[in-house]
Amino acid sequence: MKSARLVALVAAAGLFAATGPALSQITIGVAGPMTGQYASFGEQLRNGANLALEDINAAGGVLKKQLKLVVGDDACDPKQARATADRFVAQRVPFVMGHYCSSSSIPASEAYAEGNVLQITPASTNPTFTERKLWNTFRVCGRDDQQGAVAGKYLADNFKGKKIAILNDKSTYGAGLANETKKALNAAGITEVLNEAYTQGDKDFTALVSRMKAADIDVVYVGGYHTEAGLILRQMRDQGMKTILMAGDALADKQFASITGQHAEGVLMTFGPDPRNRPSAAEIVKKFKAKGIDPEGYTLYTYAALQIWAQAVEKTGSTDPKKVAATIKAGKWNTVLGEISYDAKGDITVLDYVVYQWKADGTYAELKK
Amino acid sequence: MEYFLQQLINGLALGSIYGLVAIGYTMVYGIIGMINFAHGDIFMVGAFIALLAFLILVAIGVTAIPLALFLVLLIAMVLTSLYGWAVERIAYRPLRGSFRLAPLISAIGMSIVLQNYVQLAQGARVKTLPPLVTGVHTILDLGNRLVVQISNIQILIIATTFALMTGFSWLVASTSLGRDMRACEQDLKMAALLGVDTNKTISLTFLIGAALASVAGIMYLLYYGVIDFHIGFVAGVKAFTAAVLGGIGSLPGAMLGGLLIGLIETYWSAYFSVQYKDVAAFSILIVVLIFMPTGILGRPEVEKV
Repeated sequence: MKSARLVALVAAAGLFAATGPALSQITIGVAGPMTGQYASFGEQLRNGANLALEDINAAGGVLKKQLKLVVGDDACDPKQARATADRFVAQRVPFVMGHYCSSSSIPASEAYAEGNVLQITPASTNPTFTERKLWNTFRVCGRDDQQGAVAGKYLADNFKGKKIAILNDKSTYGAGLANETKKALNAAGITEVLNEAYTQGDKDFTALVSRMKAADIDVVYVGGYHTEAGLILRQMRDQGMKTILMAGDALADKQFASITGQHAEGVLMTFGPDPRNRPSAAEIVKKFKAKGIDPEGYTLYTYAALQIWAQAVEKTGSTDPKKVAATIKAGKWNTVLGEISYDAKGDITVLDYVVYQWKADGTYAELKK
Repeated sequence: MEYFLQQLINGLALGSIYGLVAIGYTMVYGIIGMINFAHGDIFMVGAFIALLAFLILVAIGVTAIPLALFLVLLIAMVLTSLYGWAVERIAYRPLRGSFRLAPLISAIGMSIVLQNYVQLAQGARVKTLPPLVTGVHTILDLGNRLVVQISNIQILIIATTFALMTGFSWLVASTSLGRDMRACEQDLKMAALLGVDTNKTISLTFLIGAALASVAGIMYLLYYGVIDFHIGFVAGVKAFTAAVLGGIGSLPGAMLGGLLIGLIETYWSAYFSVQYKDVAAFSILIVVLIFMPTGILGRPEVEKV
């Protein structure tokens, strides 16, 4: 019995010894929905983080230390996001890229703020994320008040006199975005005919679709994610409706087109100017393509998030999250997305949303003005 | 008027899928008095097998849709019923005769096992199938703005469900297997004493239930085109509710319950609000159970001594 305990002790010591060299490494985290119905976006974040990490390590790491990536899965569930955040805090990770869903990023950021972790989200667009005066929250993407304004203006300019419906999925992101779009639309003097909410994870929208059909809706704006928006579109076409669907940046994944098939044609969405087309991204896009990955959606945003942090750490000379946060706010950063600088809240200083259109072959491109 | 009829069609299609899954719950409850919580996940497994079968058929060049549909139906029913049989053999039969809660917990365990197994084997991302059965028919045009339409896939779902329901009622009412099943339902021990092979009968019940669930899985896959490892949970809860609403243990009850839940959800979404459709469906369940504790078509339970 005693010798067994001794063996256990030695083994435990060995375990500690094995983690010893980790001290010369810096462990950072990436978190998002790695499982569940929004897992394709989690994959975008993970791909972006992995390649950025490889590139930075190949160039000598940060502060002469190699970076190591830990992946956290929140399944786009606020409870799980908080648990993931607590785990990162317990691991004393100085920096987390994530999360994807606004409803995950917001509760997680509070855990990070208390636990001394810097958070840069590549994708969460809900304004609340940076509006709570937390020291640790940054984002690489735009905000839904900007996005909603662009969407509302586009609807008002292009669909005057048409009947418009606004739907949302009751999530932080979806309801927030739909509300901002509605505000912009109403400000332009147009009132929507129908305003409804559905539940995330619903599959059957036939009743809602028939309702829109009865109301003779011409354009439907969806504040929600690609799985539900795709099903709404598919069921509209099943019922013979030609209504145009418009949504936000949560449509930016090829999986949307695999749900809708050829019906994706003509769908509108707002998103940042395609990062893949920026001159600063050409070389990195090539690297992704060589690995068989199309860096769509938020892949390059995640890449940029790690670039910003790595440069700021080098400039600060330490990974102390509070100091790095101050450095990020003060400087200008060269990223795959071009030069990025921050305001005092942690939002990017440029406004960049444009309208995209999906094509029948399952790709999307910026709409020419 | 057109609007009401259009929503009726929507509700019937949705309710048919619930009903097909609900039959599996009700049959197992009828015969051994346990709730097979893994049944929703058998439905999910059926949908995955159907998707894989579609992909394999396309890969080997079977692209004629009616033929592909028929083959998929065959493959999915056979393989899924094997799952149903295995679940019974592994998790329930060894516990038969033990106290009532044991197989119930075992069923919940089986449900988790199946979910995680599919998650690991197939990945956690949603799987999609592009629309295969397309086309809509106008069935009523009164010259108003809204015409009543039914899509081919809705016809397929409603027709398949009613055909299976009829066939299955006939099987229970007029075949020797059906007689054995009814005997087991009334008294398992007595049926065994009178020469009914109860183990075989129960196994066959699970087999048939799983085959029906796989048909529901295929319909779900064709209708919505999006499946993931988690769909069994929601569908299972709704179908279980349908079975209880209709009177658990009663076959027509399961069908009726499924259609009712589908129609309530649809009409509530149509005339009130989409957000509260589940609240409406479950509230009506509570009201029905207060006044009819055994469900709409259920028989009052006779305490066996």
